[in-house]
Amino acid sequence: MRLEPRESVAFGWQVGAPLLAVVAAMAICSGLILWAGASPLAAWGLLLKGALGSTFALTETLTRATPLIFTGLAAAVAFRAKLWNIGGEGQFYVGACMATWLGTGMIDLPAWLMIPFLFLTGALAGGLFLLIPTWLKTRLKADEVVTTLLLNFVVLLVVNWLVFGPWKDPMAMGWPQAAPVVDSAMLPVLVPKSSLHLGFVLALACAGLVWWMMRFTVWGFEIRAVGASLKASTFAGMPVGATIVRTALLSGGLAAMAGVSELCGVKGYLTLDLSPGFGYSGIVVAMLAALHPLGVVLSAVFIAIIYIGADSMSRAIAISNYIADVTTAVSLLTVLLAMFLTRYRIRWK
Amino acid sequence: MSNTPVLRLRGITKHFGPLAANDDISLTLNAGEMLALLGENGAGKTTLMSILFGHYVADAGAVEVQGSPLPPGSPKAALAAGVGMVHQHFTLAGNMTVLENIMLGTEPLWGFRRNSARALAKLGSLMERFRLHVNPHAMVRGLSVGERQRVEILKVLYRDARILILDEPTAVLTPQESDHLFATLRELVSQGLSVIFITHKLREVMAASDRCVVLRHGRVVLETSTKATSAEELAKAMVGASIPQATRTPHPPGDEVLFLDGVRASAPDRGPDLDELRLSVRAHEILGIAGVSGNGQALLADLLSGIVAPTGGHVILRGQTVTRLTPAAMIRAGVGRVPDDRTGTGLVADMTVMENLSTEIYRLPGFSKRGMLNFKALASRAAQLMDVFDIRCAGPDAPVRKLSGGNMQKLILARVLSQGPHLILANQPTWGLDVGATAAVHQHLLDAARRGAGVVLISEDLDELFQLSDRIQVMYQGRLSEPEDTATVDRARLGLMMSGQTFDQRGAA
Repeated sequence: MRLEPRESVAFGWQVGAPLLAVVAAMAICSGLILWAGASPLAAWGLLLKGALGSTFALTETLTRATPLIFTGLAAAVAFRAKLWNIGGEGQFYVGACMATWLGTGMIDLPAWLMIPFLFLTGALAGGLFLLIPTWLKTRLKADEVVTTLLLNFVVLLVVNWLVFGPWKDPMAMGWPQAAPVVDSAMLPVLVPKSSLHLGFVLALACAGLVWWMMRFTVWGFEIRAVGASLKASTFAGMPVGATIVRTALLSGGLAAMAGVSELCGVKGYLTLDLSPGFGYSGIVVAMLAALHPLGVVLSAVFIAIIYIGADSMSRAIAISNYIADVTTAVSLLTVLLAMFLTRYRIRWK
Repeated sequence: MSNTPVLRLRGITKHFGPLAANDDISLTLNAGEMLALLGENGAGKTTLMSILFGHYVADAGAVEVQGSPLPPGSPKAALAAGVGMVHQHFTLAGNMTVLENIMLGTEPLWGFRRNSARALAKLGSLMERFRLHVNPHAMVRGLSVGERQRVEILKVLYRDARILILDEPTAVLTPQESDHLFATLRELVSQGLSVIFITHKLREVMAASDRCVVLRHGRVVLETSTKATSAEELAKAMVGASIPQATRTPHPPGDEVLFLDGVRASAPDRGPDLDELRLSVRAHEILGIAGVSGNGQALLADLLSGIVAPTGGHVILRGQTVTRLTPAAMIRAGVGRVPDDRTGTGLVADMTVMENLSTEIYRLPGFSKRGMLNFKALASRAAQLMDVFDIRCAGPDAPVRKLSGGNMQKLILARVLSQGPHLILANQPTWGLDVGATAAVHQHLLDAARRGAGVVLISEDLDELFQLSDRIQVMYQGRLSEPEDTATVDRARLGLMMSGQTFDQRGAA
């Protein structure tokens, strides 16, 4: 068995192959649904209906997609430069902590100033936080996969200490949570009586901006070149060090914005379960999107559909909502395989 | 020389997808004959030898050794039939002795030590018979490249090979070592063995072979006795058209563009430290740096590229001492750099032709403004350079990975020469290129020198250095010899200096 690179790949296949792969993943998971004693068609139907079938369902799905777009962009930008930032989860909480610190009474501005202020300071904190492992990588050659991953636990323990200790809200009847952010910090709701908030629009805007930056600007060109070949971009005299620092600031900032968005858009106060692993899911989102910033929006919505839909489906026909985890995991494998097969052809001897 | 065929290939055909790597190739090798197999990269030489040696199975055709058919696809059968191959990249274990390397894979591991006395006796008689001497108890890691190659040949002879195939055997040798190799091969042939050597160096073919076979696009295009042909005819057959040879018209040198004043440098994995280098290049001049690979050329190239900073001495560009050596600073100072590693260092293989043409200039005014790339300017520049430098590819948006080596090198030259450099560093600029692309690269370097650039040409190919350079310095163990005028220097003397004998460092005396 040998692999041969394909000469050229039609654009239709580049887009079509991942979609086919998702269908294949659903077919594979249908086996599990059958095994659990339900009809796969009915189950998938209920899942789609639960995620997209009503205004309420749709807004729930988009609300869930919002942090995933941010963390997906964070991973996509960093991975494009071959900066392996696995620390999205930690940067998410750094952003949320920053917004809690500044937004629970220390500073109060009119909403049109307060919201940009919290997003910018949160992003700055997240970006600077990612500079620590980046610096360790460039100076001491410490593997950033390890350092960013481990820093997630450091951040979680600090948040743990904060919500049990100094930041514990005395009005929360003993629950480990921080005080709520002030009203002007809360993100306005986009659709009445739903949870869909301004963060979704911001996430879309960020995706567009990141795409534009990667495609048309000097910085984007440098990020792509450094990621594609560190050696060749160094040789060509590109500012490699500055590029890596910029990438880290951007990636950490985007992940932190997910934290601010969840804090000020959904929950209102900091807890230890503000993120059910959005930072890690962002990696999956980015990989499903082949690191394309606009593709990140699609894959974030896809994953949100699976999770929101699976909850609803499991309530209706009593199939465990773990099927959502399995579907996402299988999709990731099939999509990566499909993208591989669009680049290479297998020859059997 | 007898005329009994020991090896006969009949109608060998091998397809890879739509490409016919070998198309109905037939050839015979007689006992006591030295056959040269010539061809450009991709002409099918290696495929043909891999079929003969059993690494590939041909789609059609048959191989006969000593009149009996060789079962396809079995290297073991080829070995048993007396076919031995010496690869371009040696397959020796550095931490074992010569004798152990030769026994390895030949003698059973069971009773390895017990058999070693007998093996030593056999090896001794082989060395005596073919006048191929290496100390059997020396560690391979301490041997020179030429000695290692002798071990490879002994290994093949030890297995009682009657037919030796050598793939580009002189690629890593000094001229003296090459001469020594061909003397050895002559000796083998005179005792009735047969040799096929693969090469694209015409001088060797003319000097050493009895007969030559030229492949092009998987077909035999010329088969002739060496006496009846000429280097020109062979070159024409390889390429399919006559290639205009780049010719040098000497030009009075201008001002000094580069002076290295006692430069020292070191970097891990880049060969020996640079030791008090002293060299001077003037405008309109090509200075050749000769030497066997691994003698510090890589580090010298890194230094002039701005990758490695000197630990001592001065680098003076057009009268200005360079204080901070970085790639960007060297580009700004007008140094055009052509690295030896095209795909890894010179180009971002996964990016497009246009993007790669832009990597050194995109920040200049006119190509970007307030952080935004000016695609219109970059694209029109790319289109113009692709035209002028004859870069053949699917278009400016084709990924560089898909270009041929020659077109990659033309791309790098286009990027470098379009900036009007005062000094050009060309490190192995034609390594691995076919005849046509080599001629184009040579012409570009000569034209740049004529326009007033000084060129430092690092090459392991003495023919190339003699063809292009005005002066030549030899690099050995991180040191440079006195420069010699190409017109008056003796080739054999350079060869001796390259091997470290009679080497006098410049300024050391």
